[in-house]
Amino acid sequence: MTALDLRVAQRPNSPMTTYRYDAYDAAFVRERVAEFREQVRRRLSGALTEEEFRPFRLMNGLYLQLHAYMLRVAIPYGTLTARQMRRLADIADKWDKGYGHFTTRQNLQYNWPKLVDTPDILEALADVEMHAIQTSGNCIRNVTADHFAGVAPDEIEDPRPTAEFLRQWSSLHPEFSFLPRKFKIAVTGAEHDRAAIMVHDIGLRIVSNAVGAIGYQVVVGGGLGRSPFIGKVVGEFVPRADLLAFLEAIMRVYNRFGRRDNKYKARIKILVHETGIDEIRAAVEAEFASMDRSIFCHDPEEFERIAGFFAPPPYESLARDSQMLHAAKLETPAFANFVDVNVSAHKTPGYAIVTVSLKPIGGVPGDATSDQMRVLADASERFGFGELRVSHEQNIILPHVKQDDLFALWRMLDAAGLATANAGLVSDIIACPGMDYCSLATARSIPIAQAISKRFSDMSRQRRIGKLGIKISGCINACGHHHVGAIGILGLEKKGQESYQITLGGDPTFSASIGEILGPGVTVEQAPDVIEHLVDFYLAEREEGEAFIDTWRRLGHARFKDVLRREGEDGADI
Amino acid sequence: MALISDGRFVEDAWRRLADEEALPKAGKVIVSFPRLEHALEVLGPMSSLGVIVPNTTEPSALVEALPRLGLVSISFPGFADGRGFSLARLLRRAGFKGELRASGRLVADQYSHVVGSGFDTIEIPDDLAERQDEEQWRAALNAYSMSYQRGYTGRGSILEARRRAARS
Repeated sequence: MTALDLRVAQRPNSPMTTYRYDAYDAAFVRERVAEFREQVRRRLSGALTEEEFRPFRLMNGLYLQLHAYMLRVAIPYGTLTARQMRRLADIADKWDKGYGHFTTRQNLQYNWPKLVDTPDILEALADVEMHAIQTSGNCIRNVTADHFAGVAPDEIEDPRPTAEFLRQWSSLHPEFSFLPRKFKIAVTGAEHDRAAIMVHDIGLRIVSNAVGAIGYQVVVGGGLGRSPFIGKVVGEFVPRADLLAFLEAIMRVYNRFGRRDNKYKARIKILVHETGIDEIRAAVEAEFASMDRSIFCHDPEEFERIAGFFAPPPYESLARDSQMLHAAKLETPAFANFVDVNVSAHKTPGYAIVTVSLKPIGGVPGDATSDQMRVLADASERFGFGELRVSHEQNIILPHVKQDDLFALWRMLDAAGLATANAGLVSDIIACPGMDYCSLATARSIPIAQAISKRFSDMSRQRRIGKLGIKISGCINACGHHHVGAIGILGLEKKGQESYQITLGGDPTFSASIGEILGPGVTVEQAPDVIEHLVDFYLAEREEGEAFIDTWRRLGHARFKDVLRREGEDGADI
Repeated sequence: MALISDGRFVEDAWRRLADEEALPKAGKVIVSFPRLEHALEVLGPMSSLGVIVPNTTEPSALVEALPRLGLVSISFPGFADGRGFSLARLLRRAGFKGELRASGRLVADQYSHVVGSGFDTIEIPDDLAERQDEEQWRAALNAYSMSYQRGYTGRGSILEARRRAARS
């Protein structure tokens, strides 16, 4: 029996397409909950000081924020079942304020849990094979992957088995849990990078070599934060059988030589930058060569076991294009807009990938109420084999919807306020929680996102503008990924006032680039005007089919800078 | 200082020698790293010699001495500084069979990391031992029945258990 057969036999009603815990996984997560319950008890008894408790609560996703604790729940490679989504909704109702926030790392954050409740929350998560392990702390964080994994037409291989393989390997790793700083890994298996692998500590790109063998291009030292860097190739083709050994070699070099004297220089990107990629590559290769690799010899078997869980669901055999869909689009223009913007091509004929936007006009990017979570769970069961994804753009994906069902799905989403047709458009803004929640923030992010979204509330204007990524961070730690936004906005504090620095030309894909600063900061009131003028300038100047970043690359930064300068001459104090 | 071994507070058979103290003829002593070369010369191959090293030590600087050492203690300048874990692993890889000791303000919750990386014992200051008693260390040692890694000591490997189950 394959892993898939076993699973179908054991759980006839379960979704078919994602990893399920075996007895070992389940025991491990229960033990982690029990350990954390003890840690909370010992913290309260004084056996652990706050300083000692801190890394352990962080390694379990628990932050102390501006107003309260924040619990970050891991959603490995962004994949969720309907049952898990319902549990997230229940937790939001029982222990939080009835909503949750989906993050740029495909996780979910609760902003108001109480410390004493967190062990019970973790227990409730463990019931549905979830946890909050390593969503924070100076360890290997939750591994992210392409949110179109397994269904994208441009895919070489589903990246999720690799991500799950790494999730297990990195869980409470004895050697690599007290690193100089946090460590983020992303995996993609497609020709287009939807996982931003060039700006991760390690980015893995699944590739096939000249003889058709599958392996990984390994990119190291990318990152955003206060010093953004594009990652560099450390391994051009690492065979799958060597993946864990190669990663251990990188981790060991980083654990030993990464800087620990200054937390702002402790990420591996700084080690790579200061040491040079050639020397790092030599050190990794030397470490790899001296390792006892026999301990990894059974990895391919374990990989196959995991991959067995990610089989495609039982698709029907359908025509490539649905007549029903065609007719419904003609009849209902609002639905047609939704399909044109939020629906992507699926590799299976007759199916589609649907992006459910969590960016309603004027809303908080990435927030979902418990009721919305339940609607999403229901929708996935009715129309999509009970599977959901979280994208790093903070939206929810239904990866397997029959084109014939799109209209019914749209009506269901529309009734729940979940049919905003803006996926990838100018109001599909990525924003960190900013000063409204975060203790690190120097400025607010959410109100800026809301103001820009309202400024572009005319959806036909948004469609005319086309795909355009705006990304907002409320401090230089760059959780809102502003460095790689075509338009990036960074909130700073200058003389007690919020000041927003605008960058242009960022790109999170394989052609990665870091945005360039446009000029002096603008105020919260000016930001929507400036963004609007930049967009209008692009519209006036763009050539047929040209994206914002391409126009910017063609015309050069100076031309766009002029827009901001003219803004100043109009009397604004910029 | 308190010494922890196998989840219990135990008597330390070793004595840490201050740098100004003369090398004794007998007994198990731990010297500082700068003094190691001299101590090996004076005490000869049969003595029970240990050394305490910084966590930044290059393993190659110790490799030659390893077969003649009964103990290597790696100091942890802070409990969140994980370099000692990698150094322990590298010393084991270099073939060190003696007692490997983690020395510093490590907390009980790190016990499985310490054991997993190849350490035998942990030496902590008394004030810490008072707050974190034997029971907490024992609980931490037994917090997990198995781990996901292979080739690390301590708990059994989930991956190996799965393999055995698949074959039976």
